[in-house]
Parts: sequence; C-alpha cells; structure tokens
Amino acid sequence: MHQVIELESVAKRYDSAGAPALGPLTLSVAKGAVFAVTGPSGSGKSTLLNLVAGLDKPTDGAVIVAGRRIDQLSEHALAKFRREHIGMAFQFFNLLDDLTVTDNIQLPAQLTGTGRRKAAARAGELMEMLGIQKHARAYPGRLSGGERQRVAVARALVNRPALLLADEPTGALDTASGHDVRDLLMDLHRAGQTIVLVTHDLTLAEACASRTIHLVDGHIAADSYAQAVR
Amino acid sequence: MSRFGTGALGRVVRSGVSRRRVQTVVIAMATMMAVASAVVAGSLMVAAAAPFDHAFGKQRGAHITAQFDPARASAAQLAETGKLAGVTASAGPYPSTAFRPVDQEGFRLPTLTLVGRSGPDGDVDRVDLKSGRWARKPGEIVLAASFEGPTIGIGATLKASDTLNAPTLSIVGFAVSAGKTADSWATPAQVDALASEGNPVTSQMLYRFDPASTKEQILADRKKLAASVGPAALLSTQSWLDTKRAADQGAAATVPFVMAFGMLGIVMSVIIVSSVISGAVGTSLRRISILKAIGFTPREVVRAYVAQALIPAGAGIALGVVLGNLLAVPLLSDSEAVYGTVSLSVAWWVDVTVPAAALVVVGLAALIPALRAGRLRTVEAIAVGRSPRTGRGQWAHRAMGRLPLPRPVTYGLATPFTHPGRTLAMLLAVAFGTVAATFAVGLTSSLTAVGTSQDPESRAPVTVTTTKLNNVAPPPPPPAGGSVASPSPAGGSVASPSEPEVADPAKVRSAIKSQAGTGSYYGRMRTEVAVAGISGSVQAGLYQGDSRSGSYEMISGHWITGKGQVVVPTRFLERTSTKIGDTVRVTYEKETANLRIVGESFDTSGSELEIHADMADFPSAEPSTFLVEVKSGVSADEYAQKVAAVVQPLGGDATTNAPSGQEGVILIMSAMAVLLTLMLVSVAGLGVLNSVVLDTRERIHDLGVCKAIGMSPRQTMSLVLASVTAIGVIGGLVGVPVGYALHGLVMPVMGRAAGTSLPSPVLDVYEPVQLLLLGLGGVVIAVLGALVPAGWAARARTATALRTE
Repeated sequence: MHQVIELESVAKRYDSAGAPALGPLTLSVAKGAVFAVTGPSGSGKSTLLNLVAGLDKPTDGAVIVAGRRIDQLSEHALAKFRREHIGMAFQFFNLLDDLTVTDNIQLPAQLTGTGRRKAAARAGELMEMLGIQKHARAYPGRLSGGERQRVAVARALVNRPALLLADEPTGALDTASGHDVRDLLMDLHRAGQTIVLVTHDLTLAEACASRTIHLVDGHIAADSYAQAVR
Repeated sequence: MSRFGTGALGRVVRSGVSRRRVQTVVIAMATMMAVASAVVAGSLMVAAAAPFDHAFGKQRGAHITAQFDPARASAAQLAETGKLAGVTASAGPYPSTAFRPVDQEGFRLPTLTLVGRSGPDGDVDRVDLKSGRWARKPGEIVLAASFEGPTIGIGATLKASDTLNAPTLSIVGFAVSAGKTADSWATPAQVDALASEGNPVTSQMLYRFDPASTKEQILADRKKLAASVGPAALLSTQSWLDTKRAADQGAAATVPFVMAFGMLGIVMSVIIVSSVISGAVGTSLRRISILKAIGFTPREVVRAYVAQALIPAGAGIALGVVLGNLLAVPLLSDSEAVYGTVSLSVAWWVDVTVPAAALVVVGLAALIPALRAGRLRTVEAIAVGRSPRTGRGQWAHRAMGRLPLPRPVTYGLATPFTHPGRTLAMLLAVAFGTVAATFAVGLTSSLTAVGTSQDPESRAPVTVTTTKLNNVAPPPPPPAGGSVASPSPAGGSVASPSEPEVADPAKVRSAIKSQAGTGSYYGRMRTEVAVAGISGSVQAGLYQGDSRSGSYEMISGHWITGKGQVVVPTRFLERTSTKIGDTVRVTYEKETANLRIVGESFDTSGSELEIHADMADFPSAEPSTFLVEVKSGVSADEYAQKVAAVVQPLGGDATTNAPSGQEGVILIMSAMAVLLTLMLVSVAGLGVLNSVVLDTRERIHDLGVCKAIGMSPRQTMSLVLASVTAIGVIGGLVGVPVGYALHGLVMPVMGRAAGTSLPSPVLDVYEPVQLLLLGLGGVVIAVLGALVPAGWAARARTATALRTE
C-alpha cells in the first residue's frame, strides 16, 4: 500500500541537553487510513502533528509526506507543500473572524492561485457536502462550535489534500457536536481521505481510527489496529 | 491591595518593559525623534523669531546713539544728560569720526564710523568681541565682524586713507555691536589722530530709555536730549528701532519657514507619541486582565501601565533633548554667522518646556487607555484581551475580497478598517511626513531658484572687464542690516592709491567683437544714480546692447528692451508709490533722463534699491564689464584666454564665470529643510512601524492560521505591506496637496519679509512628475515603516503563532 506519511528515526528536542520531546520514532501511515494519536498532555502528540504538517522541523531523522521529504524544505517551499497536500483542522477551529464562511473556506485555494470563481465553486461543493451551505455568508462568530468545526474541515479539504490533520477536533465541542464531527470524519474516511487524528478522546479514536498509537513521553507506548472502520 | 507593595508593582513594570522589547524600543525611538525635532524646531523658531532682540538685549544695546558737537557740549554736560528723566543707562562720551580706509590690496573699504573706546564693556552697548582683542594703543583697530574676509583678518593692516602718508592701522580684533553704534573701534587717542577737516571728531553718547519701544517715544526722548544741551549741539541720532528693522529684514525671511516646520514637527510629535503610547497600553489588555484577576487594584493597574509607558518614553525624551541640542547648535551657529549677532544657543526654556510637554503628552496618552483598562471588570478584561475582534472591518474584507488581486494583498488591504483609530494615527503620520517632504522639496527648489536669480551675470560664461581683475576683487561683505554703504563697485569706479589703468571700453568691445567664437555680449556698469523722490543715492545697473541674457527674474512687466525704460525692484515701487507704466526721473552724474518703469525685478539684495536701465539714456556712461556668450562648441576657458591676451595690454582682463555659489542663508535654510524633513519622515516611519508592530502582534494568531493553511512567507509579507499601502497612498494624496499649499503660503510670506514679491520661477517649482513621486513618498514612508514587522510576521514560526492568543 502506498504510504502517505513515513517517519524515519524522527526525534525532536527543544532543549539540546534534555531528553527528546519526541522519538526517535519510525512509523508510516498508509493512504486512506485514519491514524489516531493519543496520549496525555506533554506526550508529544502536538510535536508529532507539527512535524508531519511541516510547521516544525525534527532534530534528527527524515519526515516524508506524500512522497516528499519535507524536513529539508525552505519555509516558502513548505508553505506551498502544505497548501497543496495538507489540510488542517484545529481544536479551536482557527477560523478568521473577519472573513465569511465562504471566504474562510476558499482562502487556501486562493493562496494556490486558484481563480475566485473556481475556488467559490469548490467551497460551495464542500459546504453542501458538510451541510453548512446556509451559513455561506455568515461570519464564524455567529456559528455553533460544531458548525465552526465543519467550516474548518471544509477549509482543510478545499485543495483536495492527500492528508487531513485533525488536532483535537472535538476538544472544544459539546457532546452532540462532537458526535457530528466524529460522523463527519468517518464519512471522509469512507470516501478515502487519509486522516491523522490527534485526540485525548479515546472513544473518538476507537470510532474512527484504523490505527491508533498511544504516546507517552515521546515514545509509542501502544500501537493498535482496528479490524474495520465502523 | 496591600499585599502588592511597590515591589510587586515594580516587578510588573520592569517585566513589562523588558518583555516587550520591541515596543519599548519603538516608544523610546519615536519619543526621542519627536522630542529632538521639537527641540530643533522650537529653538530655531525662538532664534529666528528675534535674533536682533536676543543680541540687543544681551548687549544692553543703545536705544539712542547720539552724536554731539564737542565744541558746543562739554563732557560734563553730556554726562549730565545721563540723568535726564527716562534715561535708565548711558555711556560716553566717546570720540567718534568717520574715515575710509584702504586694505593691503589697495581696495577702498566703505566709509566707516570709528569710535574711541577703551574697552568693549560699559553700561550700554557691551560690544561682543568675536575674535582677537580690543585695541590697546594707537595704531590698532577693531573692525565690525562682518568685514572679516580673506584679505581682512587679524594681523592685517589698513591704511587710514588713500593719501600717501596716511597712518597704518593693525587689525587686532573683530567685534559685533547689535545696535550698530560703530563699524570700527580704536583708542580715543587714535580717533583724535584720525580726525580731519572733513570728518571732525564728534562726541558719541549711548542711551537706554524707558520706555523706548515706539517711534514716538524715541522722538520724545530725542527732544529731551536736544533740549538739555541746546539744539545745535546735538548733531544726529540713530534710533534702535531703525537698526532693528534693518537687522530683522535679513532674518525675517527664515521665520515663516521655521514656523511651518516647527508646527509640523510639534503636531506630528504629539500625534505619534500619543498613538504609540495609547496603542502600547491598549494592546496589553490581556495582561492587565491577568493582573486584575490575581488581585491588582484598578489604581495599581493604571500606575503600572502609565509607568510602563513613561520609562522608555522618559529615556527617549532625555536622549531626544541631547540629540535635539546636538543638531540645533550647528544650525544656530550658522544662523549666527548669517545674522551677525551675538551667540545663539538653544534657549534653556526650550530644553525644559519640550521634555515637560512631552512627558505630559506621554502621561495623558498612557493614562486614558490605562484608566479604561483599570475600569474594566476583570471578566470583561479577560474577554477583551482574548478576543479583540469587534466585527469592525468585515465589510472591508468582503469588498476587498472582490478585487482582482492576490488574496494576501486583498486581505491586507482590508486590515486597516479593523482599527480605525490606529489607522487614522498612521494616516496622519504618513500625511505629515509627506507634507514635510513636499514642503521641503518645494522650499529647496525655491531657494535654489532664488540663488540662481540673485546673480544673473554669472549666467554668461565669460566676463571681460576694463580693469585688471585683481583690482576689483574681492570686496568685503556688507554688514548685516545694510546700515553701512556697500564698498565701491567692481569696475571703473574703483579708486585706489595708485589708480589702476582702465582700458578704453570701445577698444575692449572691439576686441570682443572681432574675437572668433563670440556669440553675443552686452556691456554693463554699476553706479550710483539719483532718483527724484528718493533721498540719497540709488544703485543702478546700466546696460549696453541686448542684456536679456543677464536679466533678473521678472515679477511683472518685462526686462529693458531699449532707451527710456527702467526695471525696478518691489521695494522701489513701494517706496516711491509707483507702478509699472509710471515715469521716474533718474540722474547719473549730470545727465537726467525720464524713464518709464517697464518691469518689476526680483531682487533679494537686502535694503538696497537697484534699478536697471539702458546705458544709452546716459551718454557719458561707459561699460566697465562685458558679459559674453560664446558660440556653441567654443571653450569658454580658451575664449577667455584669447580675449585676455588682447585686452590685458589695454588694461582690461577676461575670465570665465564659475557658477555662483549659494548664499549662506539659502544654504542654511536648505540644510535645515533637509534635516527637519529627515527627522519628521523618520518620526512618521516610526509611527507606522509602531502601529504595524501592534497590529502584527494582535494578528499573529491569524497570521499563524494563514501560514498553517499554506500562506508562504512572501505572501505573509505582502499581506502586511498591503495593510499599509492604502494608508501610504491616501497619506500621499492628502500630504502632497497640503505640502504644496503650505509652500504656496509660506514662500510669499518669506518674500514679503525679505521685502520683495516672488516671481513664478521661484513659486512654481513643482513638476507634475515630482508631485507624483512625492505622493509615492507616502507609500515609501508607510512601506519602510512596515518592512521590519512584515519581516517578523513572515519569519514567525507557525506553530508558535498558532499557540499565541
């Protein structure tokens, strides 16, 4: 199976004298998988996510995403890589309050140089798919948490990325909204989207993930595969 | 809250100052530049506003300088005049006479008033000895400082007159009398020795009166003097009001210019300092909320934040005062040289008032947002600190998003609408910077035009004279205020102990005419003429041939085109109440001609009235100088050498004209304009820098989001730069017309202060392209100010930015 993520002996130290915050770690994520990362605070989940997203660089090892080694790319090349291959959804949504829902969703497409009409069409398609088309002209501040996370996911998917990174996507949501988002992720998985899911929520990981690793102090404490996605 | 003593408060303030290093540095820098420019502008305003008054007050100048006949008023009688009602101080009697010395080169100086004084001090007119020492014995002389020049220095000698056995005087010092009581000083014995039948010794008395501020008061005081010694004993008097008027005429031109820059500097300083400080406090709401949550009282919060602003601002103010003094002193000393008055230094009260005012501005600017923060309920403060979004500017994002520009650019263009107050402060900073730049460019262009028009003869590449050139140059500079007659003009009217050989003008003209390479030429002489209705003599330039190439700039009318015409300066028209088209009667030696005024010339030569007429109106007049244009491709140097070879044996000479240098006042004003503009533009740039730093800090999370979803560093930079571009464009659009209007307002006022109207080449100095570039200057100021924070934003680590609240 084609690997979307390959980490080869990846380690990250924030303090050169101290122990690494992550790794050394070697793992790979197959295309179409939902890869969940769980663990307590400070276990290295966010560090792992940042390394895969190209937001941070490892101290040692190689990070290969979508067939490209990204830990040696310049900031400019990383930004281009990110907007073409990676979509991100965050715990606190990180939507731009100044922009309407449509503008938020189509922003990554516009950054790649996609024309306004084409970007709007893609945004419309995603809003319809995620059931938020009625909020197209609204500002994020007026939406519920669940709706905001749907907008964030739509924004993450607008460039049809090879990889969707979801960082605690239900962490800021009430139970009902959390279930909505869980269902959304499962739908995306069924549609073949590769997802890396960082979460505290073991139920969510169990529900969605085809593979789950549990990090403790930067190392994999457990690595489990699900039989099938429900 | 008692448990937070000064220690806790002090720690909060110190940590606030040190943690926000950029903000601290920007506050210090902006305050420093603002205070420095205010000190420079303020001290120049003070100095330019009253240089004569400063010097006169410091020297305890004489309100009335009186000359008495010693045969009719004894020393004892004159001493008694010092006790008259209204006299607050007196000095004298000093023996006084007039003489016309000749320098070592044989050049005759103008007639000088010589006063015998044993020293420069006294109750009245404490003469300022600028260099050297006072005359101690006969044979020594101290000259007015304005005469100092290449051939007239300390140790040089003067002959008392052009007679063969005239005594020699050694120059031992140079001095300045603000009240112009004399042009030279010697020992009393020397004055007695130099007196002659034509210039007998008189007794000079110097008086200070109270009151003496109006012409009427001076006249009344004069009457008292005359009555006390008898009218025949009082030979003449000189009022300080006349001296002041003449002295102020030179300095007055700089006043409107300095005032304009001073006002710009002060207003800008207030705007920038206010916006920097209030912005700094306004963006600290989250920190303030935390302080309140852990128990700081509102009063402590207010004190902490005012102190946090005052510490860097205080450092900036102190540095600004030092910098302002360092910058102002050389400008003031240059001004001193031009004004010819006593030393000008930064007024002490400027050094006190400016920093005090700056502290008040800083304090108020910090207090208002700090009070607001102090009054906020803790829960509200936390909410405000966490979520600064107000919904403002969303319409702008919608509108800009439709523009056919890259998304980061349209996003940046909408940003200013989120913070209208901050945007307005930035806009004002850019606009003021552009006003300063536009005004300065116009001013320096105008001053250059004035400098060029002052010396129309220098336009001719070759000058041919009827005398040897070493006999005609260099004359000493006239004293400031023009109270002393100019030295003998160059050319034929120069007289020296051994009369120089003067070439026949006809032969010189013939030599020019027959010389290959001659393009065009005209003859000229400067002389004195009498004009009906004007007492005393008037300078006149008489021209032979087509003199259009050497014409003055015309304010109105046209240059002389033939006989019967005269061109006069503005002051002539005012003084004679004439206008173009009127006829004036002009007498040169014994020849009188009725001449029609055909033009008003632009003449900045001070209080002189120089008129211009055709030599053909006065048959006995002959040119002393020929100004020659050479044909295209002919070397002026070679041409001058060839002509010199022909005319030198006749007694004449030829030389090329170096482009005339600009006069001191013009150079100083240009230097001031450049310096003040650089300072104001820097302050404007710092204002923008500060606002963009605040904005970037506030938006760093959003920028992190943008970067996380794929915005490249270059796109991030373009977003931040685009956020100030519109401000730069609008600032330029506002600033250029205002600067243009300011120039149009100030230049005529400067001209009027110098006693002249201004011609269009001096007023209409802006080219359309220049204005366009100046408009773009607003964008340059804005972009330069935003460049550093834009770089920070582009380099900011995305993961860190995303964690920032």
